[in-house]
Amino acid sequence: MFEIVLSVLILIGAFFTLVGSIGLYKLPGFYMRLHGPTKATTLGVGTILIASSIYFTVKTGSLSLHEFLIALFLFITAPVSAHLMSKVALHIGTKRVDRTQDYIDKKDDKDSLD
Amino acid sequence: MTNRVFPHPILSLFLWILWLMLNNSTAAGDIIFSLILAIVIPIFTSPYWEEKIVLHKPLLFAKFFCIVMWDILVSNIVVAKLILDKNDKLHPGFVAIDLDIKHPFGISILANTISLTPGTVSCDLTVDRKQLIVHFLDLKDPESAAQEIKNRYEKPLMEVYESC
Repeated sequence: MFEIVLSVLILIGAFFTLVGSIGLYKLPGFYMRLHGPTKATTLGVGTILIASSIYFTVKTGSLSLHEFLIALFLFITAPVSAHLMSKVALHIGTKRVDRTQDYIDKKDDKDSLD
Repeated sequence: MTNRVFPHPILSLFLWILWLMLNNSTAAGDIIFSLILAIVIPIFTSPYWEEKIVLHKPLLFAKFFCIVMWDILVSNIVVAKLILDKNDKLHPGFVAIDLDIKHPFGISILANTISLTPGTVSCDLTVDRKQLIVHFLDLKDPESAAQEIKNRYEKPLMEVYESC
């Protein structure tokens, strides 16, 4: 039973990490590619860390919590790096996919992106 | 007196728990050493923390945290589906969201939350801190999308950070 729960968690984690990488490869355009690694990996790494936490808690008999620190740091750093990359891309005018809809107010846009 | 020993109580508490979690132990030595760190580090770094870190409504913040966790779970499945489907049906788009929240820490948490949740990545904050530019993976109705982010994430964050 114990092994089944752990393997299901790890498989879910592996699946979502894989989907994140597929997204990075498959999606068109810089901005859309950013979506894959920022999100699909959070749940992927999250479930693998939960599995690790459960395993070491049961195996050593004492609560193992530093996996949650990894998750915490990941949740802080992943959006920040995505934000920085897309910010730079906006400033240097990286090419977008043609069908991208743009609802940024052009007037304010000028000031903000200078 | 408490202010001199604990200039930033929340930071102290966070450091204390952080050290114990890093070491993965609750041995007496670790608890004492982490207490020393939790007291000394905030005192020496307090010149760099101009603003006091405050948490006004911890319960509301906890509720917000749970909502975000749930949304991350749902968003992963939604985004996974979008990625694995045919990608040429997607309608990406940029939306500028007018911010009502002014607290810098609140804004950064909001931007982080947006990046972690359904099909959105926060791209840029205007210099005057009034608009957040968000990229949507699949944008259908820009008005309602912006409204949903405002209602779901900005409102609770405003209550937590602006009530002072």
